[in-house]
Amino acid sequence: MVLSPTDKSNVKATWAKIGNHGAEYGAEALERMFMNFPSTKTYFPHFDLGHDSAQVKGHGKKVADALTKAVGHMDNLLDALSDLSDLHAHKLRVDPVNFKLLSHCLLVTLALHLPAEFTPSVHASLDKFLASVSTVLTSKYR
Amino acid sequence: MVHFTAEEKAAITSLWGKVNVEEAGGEALGRLLVVYPWTQRFFDSFGNLSSPSAIMGNPKVKAHGKKVLTSFGDAVKNMDNLKGAFAKLSELHCDKLHVDPENFRLLGNVMVIILASHFGREFTPELQAAWQKLVAGVATALAHKYH
Repeated sequence: MVLSPTDKSNVKATWAKIGNHGAEYGAEALERMFMNFPSTKTYFPHFDLGHDSAQVKGHGKKVADALTKAVGHMDNLLDALSDLSDLHAHKLRVDPVNFKLLSHCLLVTLALHLPAEFTPSVHASLDKFLASVSTVLTSKYR
Repeated sequence: MVHFTAEEKAAITSLWGKVNVEEAGGEALGRLLVVYPWTQRFFDSFGNLSSPSAIMGNPKVKAHGKKVLTSFGDAVKNMDNLKGAFAKLSELHCDKLHVDPENFRLLGNVMVIILASHFGREFTPELQAAWQKLVAGVATALAHKYH
C-alpha cells in the first residue's frame, strides 16, 4: 500500500487540526477499544482500565506521540518507527489483528471530534495511513 | 450458536478417534509457536524456543500441547453445547491467563492443517468444512466469557 501525495496532505492537515488534543484523543481511542473489543484488555493486565485511568491517559499520549512522529516521516515509516517495530515484534508481541481494532477506534474518535474534516477522502487516507503504520509495527514479527 | 448435522458430528467424531492426541497436541502447539512467533509471549517459562527444532522438541511444549488437545476432545463430545462446555476455561483464559482470543483462531487453523497433513485425501473439503465449524465454535466458546 502506497500513500499518495493526497493521502499525505490529508493526514498532515488532519493532524494539524488535532492540535494539542493528541493525548486526549489517543486515550479516548484506547478506552473505546477496551470497551468495544474486550479481548484487547488481555495485553494490559497490569493497568487500571477504569474510566479516567491515569495509566490509560499516559498510554494514550504515548500512542498519539508515536503517530505524530509517523505523520512527520510518512516517506520513511520503516526507519522512523524502527524501534517501535522492534518493541512490538520481540517484546510486546501484540497479535496483528489488534492493530485493526485500535485503528478503527482511532478513526471513530477522530470522526467524532473532527466531523467537518473527516470527509470520505480524508477517511480513506487516514485508514491507509493507520494500516501502513500497523504494517510497519508488525513487519519484524517473523 | 454453531449447529452440526448428524453427518458432520459422525465425521468429526470418527476422525477424532484416529488422532493421537498426545502427538498431535505437541505438533499443533509447536507449529503455532513456530509459524506465529508472537504467540510465544505466553510461554516465557518454557525454556528454549529459539528455533523451530528447539520448539518442536521442547518437552514443555509437548506436554502443554497434549493438555490443550485433550481439552479439545471435550469439544468433540459436546458439539451441541460448546459454550457450556468451555465456560470455565473461557473465564480462566480471560481472567488468569490473559490470552487474546485471536490465538484460539490461529491454533484452530493450525489444527486443521495438521489434520490435513495426517489424513491426506481422507480429509475431504466437506470434512474440513465440518472441522472449520468446530474450531471456530471452540474459539468463540473460549472467548464467550471475556469481559
